[in-house]
Amino acid sequence: MKVAITSLESSLDSQIDATFGRCQYFIIIDTDSMEFEAIKNPSLSASQGVGIQSAQLIAGKNISALITGNCGPNAFNVLNQSGIEVITGASGKVSQVIEDFKNGNLKSSELPNVGGHFGAGQGGGRGGGRGRWRM
Amino acid sequence: MKIAIASGKGGTGKTTIALNLASVLASSAIRTTYVDCDVEEPNGHIFLNPEIEKSKNVAIPVPLIDFTKCTLCGKCSEICEFNAIAVTPKTVVVFKDMCHGCGGCFHVCPVNAISEIDNIIGIIEIGKSGDINFMQGKLDIGKAFSPPIIRELKRNIPSDDVTILDSPPGTSCPVIEAISDSDYIILITEPTPFGVNDLKLSVEMVRQLEIPFGILINRSDIGDDEVIRYCKKEQLDIILQIPDDREIAVAYSHGKLAVDEIPKYIDDFKNLFEKIHKAVQD
Amino acid sequence: MKELVVISGKGGTGKTSIVAAFASLAKSAVLVDCDVDAADLHIILQPDVEHREEFSGGKLASIRQNDCTSCGKCFELCRYNAIEKSTSPDGKRTIYEIDRIGCEGCGVCAWFCPEKAIDFKESINGEWFISNTRFGKLVHARLGIAEENSGKLVSLVRTAARKVAADNGNELIIIDGSPGIGCPVIASISGAQYVLIVTEPTLSAIHDMERVIQLTKHFNIPTGVCINKWDLNQEISNDIEKNPDIKILGKTSYNTVFTKAQIMRQTVIEYSDNAVADELKSLWENVLYEIG
Repeated sequence: MKVAITSLESSLDSQIDATFGRCQYFIIIDTDSMEFEAIKNPSLSASQGVGIQSAQLIAGKNISALITGNCGPNAFNVLNQSGIEVITGASGKVSQVIEDFKNGNLKSSELPNVGGHFGAGQGGGRGGGRGRWRM
Repeated sequence: MKIAIASGKGGTGKTTIALNLASVLASSAIRTTYVDCDVEEPNGHIFLNPEIEKSKNVAIPVPLIDFTKCTLCGKCSEICEFNAIAVTPKTVVVFKDMCHGCGGCFHVCPVNAISEIDNIIGIIEIGKSGDINFMQGKLDIGKAFSPPIIRELKRNIPSDDVTILDSPPGTSCPVIEAISDSDYIILITEPTPFGVNDLKLSVEMVRQLEIPFGILINRSDIGDDEVIRYCKKEQLDIILQIPDDREIAVAYSHGKLAVDEIPKYIDDFKNLFEKIHKAVQD
Repeated sequence: MKELVVISGKGGTGKTSIVAAFASLAKSAVLVDCDVDAADLHIILQPDVEHREEFSGGKLASIRQNDCTSCGKCFELCRYNAIEKSTSPDGKRTIYEIDRIGCEGCGVCAWFCPEKAIDFKESINGEWFISNTRFGKLVHARLGIAEENSGKLVSLVRTAARKVAADNGNELIIIDGSPGIGCPVIASISGAQYVLIVTEPTLSAIHDMERVIQLTKHFNIPTGVCINKWDLNQEISNDIEKNPDIKILGKTSYNTVFTKAQIMRQTVIEYSDNAVADELKSLWENVLYEIG
């Protein structure tokens, strides 16, 4: 099965990026073959609707699940409606998190776990967030 | 004739000046309309207690997807500059409060799967307060775009009246929308460092619009003379100075007008209108 | 790291003077001016700019007249009346031009132009700065006149401030917010830990305060209120204090030291140690307690 993981760098040894919309890399990995591609997040410099853009990007990769630290309501909405499982609260090394996922140790979220920077689908959605956002 | 009242800094007395002027004009048998364009925080109604005769919702057209026709081609998402539509291999998600209503998605959809529905963002109200015709707009809480409401207000202004436009503060889009086609602009400031800094920005803005304007210094005795020196240097017309009068402040705090409570100010506002009238005719 | 946002709804209630006073009182905070339309905090803080960047609020369309065939498609499609139609001096041709101020940046005209004669490019419409002040770092900005998207600039400034705070180990960010309830205010408060509303005892200010309180409720942000110039109308001040929905964190008096300090380019705390300074200190203590 194919999943997406937000990552600080492009290898499986790197740490999970706790943010979704503004993460550094998306690692798209086939958990059976462990083949993966790392995509540099193209929305990093955008200032509005990054969660939506990022969600659209990874949904286009036909993944079944997203594993990340925090996911806001707009992105959650897009992923959820596309039938993609969202797993939040992940941290640590990417390879370890994939192992945990394969062993069924990660639980999917039924709701976004961080407040909307603009509320759900609110106008102009710009990066707010609670602390851990980077430039 | 449309007279817009603006200021870079908030709280300099835009609403006070606009209402006193409107009141003096209306009691001189001039047909007068007061328009509260500060749709984020309209305050004029507090002083005028108008009877609202007509109200109208203001909406932005946002896309509605017909999933029986949609092929998930992604064109609508591609054209949207505001990231208000996401298209994934399974579905389309519309974020209506991020939509600016440009119609790009509606026009670009190759299979006509998009129609447009109204997303209400606020309201305009039209009524009367004594002899003054009253209009105001109100942005709904949590909505981000006020210019469409101001545009709708301006479409409903009676053409023969002297219209006093009470603008929002600042120099950005809603302000431009409010003041852009007026015949004269009164820029209000106060003689403080903040006041002068914000006045400079307003002057820059009004000069770009190429509309005649004058400076009104409110609470003229509270600070220093930097604002006077600035106006002299830039050859700006100071059309009125109103001293810091605790009686005005107290009247204001109760929602009362200075010209009703303190008659000595009536002539000031009559003269102000004469000056503006003359400037517009020149 | 926590973000405290000071807003007012109505302008002129003393918000910026109070933020400046907080700057004097805070031990280690990053200061942010999010009132990008009418930024005034720098007047008191006298920043020394250390880093400067241009800001693009979005794209703007412009028609290349040489390639335009005057078909009128753009005029027909633009919903913002931002295409100006005129006749060439010889009367032979209709000219279409983009009104920069009216342009919303949607790009519809450029997309559909059959001659591809419309450019649609990022426009520079402001700049932002990281500066040093006598109270620590200040992140501030200046939006060009008549420019759009101050909300985007506000978000950018806040993001930069969080980075500065993270790099310097600051625990607190104090934000001078924007007036109103629209786009820039929403961008100022979204995701913040605490909002302080500075109001005054006038019917207008109360009306505006009630609207911003609804907004902070909408976004679920804990909110407290300071009544500035509380003695201007004690009756109305009492009414505000009696309102069970409003948490009062302090009251400051109607006093000329606010203006006098401003003229000296000082905070009220620096300028005087009178009663107002004491009121501000106690307000600050209460705010710190609320933020936790």
